[in-house]
Amino acid sequence: MRADLEIIQQWIKPGHHVLDLGCGDGTLLDFLQRERGASGYGLEINPAHITHCVSRGVSVIEQNLDTQGLANFDDNSFDVVLMTQALQAVRRPDKVLDEMLRLGNEGIVTFPNFAHWRLRWGLALSGRMPESEALPYKWYNTPNIRLCTFQDFEALCRQKSIRITSRKVVDGQHQNSWVARLWPNLLGEIAIYRITRENSQ
Amino acid sequence: MPDPLPADSVGLVTPQTYHFDTPLELACGKVLNRYELVVETYGELNASASNAILVCHALSGHHHAAGYHSADERKAGWWDSCIGPGKPIDTRRFFVVSLNNLGGCHGSTGPSSTNPDTGSLYGPDFPVVTVTDWVNSQARLADKLGIECWAAVVGGSLGGMQALQWSLTYPERIRHAAVIASTPRLSAQNIAFNEVARQAITSDPEFHSGRYSDNLTLPRRGLMLARMVGHITYLSDASMGEKFGRELREKAYKFGYDAEFQVESYLRYQGERFSESFDANTYLLMTKALDYFDPAYEFDGDLANALQGASCEFLVLSFSTDWRFAPERSEELVRAMIGARRKVSYAEIDAPWGHDGFLIPTPRYTDVFTAYLDRVAREVGA
Repeated sequence: MRADLEIIQQWIKPGHHVLDLGCGDGTLLDFLQRERGASGYGLEINPAHITHCVSRGVSVIEQNLDTQGLANFDDNSFDVVLMTQALQAVRRPDKVLDEMLRLGNEGIVTFPNFAHWRLRWGLALSGRMPESEALPYKWYNTPNIRLCTFQDFEALCRQKSIRITSRKVVDGQHQNSWVARLWPNLLGEIAIYRITRENSQ
Repeated sequence: MPDPLPADSVGLVTPQTYHFDTPLELACGKVLNRYELVVETYGELNASASNAILVCHALSGHHHAAGYHSADERKAGWWDSCIGPGKPIDTRRFFVVSLNNLGGCHGSTGPSSTNPDTGSLYGPDFPVVTVTDWVNSQARLADKLGIECWAAVVGGSLGGMQALQWSLTYPERIRHAAVIASTPRLSAQNIAFNEVARQAITSDPEFHSGRYSDNLTLPRRGLMLARMVGHITYLSDASMGEKFGRELREKAYKFGYDAEFQVESYLRYQGERFSESFDANTYLLMTKALDYFDPAYEFDGDLANALQGASCEFLVLSFSTDWRFAPERSEELVRAMIGARRKVSYAEIDAPWGHDGFLIPTPRYTDVFTAYLDRVAREVGA
């Protein structure tokens, strides 16, 4: 299992009701259902991913966060709301974060770090928009329209009074590396954040 | 029937009639002491009877869902696109049951049947039946076929409502429900269209308060109009535009009131054909069953609360250009299922065919439906 998913699954308790925003082919939810006894739903818009979820028995809802929002979900109806590698692709990440913590007791967010040294280096050297394994697109066709750095994200959380209870940093292969822990905003490629509301226990 | 027969066709099928003489209490308070249901089945029931799928028909549907009744039959059953070897409802794995509902006019007991208690036709005296009544009669049929629990109950439109009702009335007898192009209740607009259809029928002078058979006539005109207005709601603006546009039957305008545009002659033709083959009292009854369907009604309108009683898993599918039961109606249903923490998967199929989309094998529709039922088959060991 990918290291980021490996980290996330440790944070899910048996019986947790989970919402996975942008659940892809359902790998994580499938694992959480079978191995952690969790229940829940995935949201997805890619038809092939939806079919894949359906065939493996993951409850998947076709729903577009940008155009349909999450109004069809009730307050505090989930233990955990997940969003892996999709925050940078929604139109209003700030509002999505609010929604995640309206629906769930806890949020888990992962996204690529735009301040990783290789991206910084690429931009400085070539003067062109950087590309990497985690961000393999051209500037004009990228779905990643809201790229940010770890520091940007943490600043937004502070501004919104969102409490970060845990942060893990992995490299492009989703491996845990000590160098990334040392200087995350420069050396970490992907971060995994656990967040809750400030007043939450 | 095409020759040679396509490999994915169930081929020749013969309907069977089942007799029931345990009285069936109906929602309206009346009781049907005896009735018959005409049924078609495809595929084989396995030893543990775990692989049975019930197919429920829509407003003007019937038991003939797949295959051909004879070599001369030109058109296959109404859901032949989805039922057969290698199709979403794969008859190599599932035992498929399709019936004509009570009140129908294709062989099951209905207004055009003889009332065994009086010896005369039921006509307008046939009780108004509801979706729940149908589900109850289908449960009796399941008993007779030795099916304790359906692997799945599936249906489009009014058929989807029956699948949904099954999950609520007999939660222990259904593992999966596929609710396709359907809605948890009709909107005012839906009821309004049904009312226009009913008015067209009942205001036809040949209707004779539903006793047209006694008068050796048929309310053809009314039934034709009812079908024409209904048919419009099954198509989308785009699909009608694609099919007919503003095409004329002849080159120039004739400045009269005959059918000049192709769409006019198409609707007239469809309406006329329908009026020869469908019973007007059945049409009235089926539209009322649609109007009355509202499982949330007994739960103060709280559908999520109603769904607390369900325990099966759901597949909900809608079609992007369906304006009769628009995707929003399916989403309303899905929202309630999420609220009740039921297992549900939902997809909106992008297709130009309007409400009729559930009868047409769009690749994505076929893919999702196949993937879902393939998992059901694996789950029940089919």
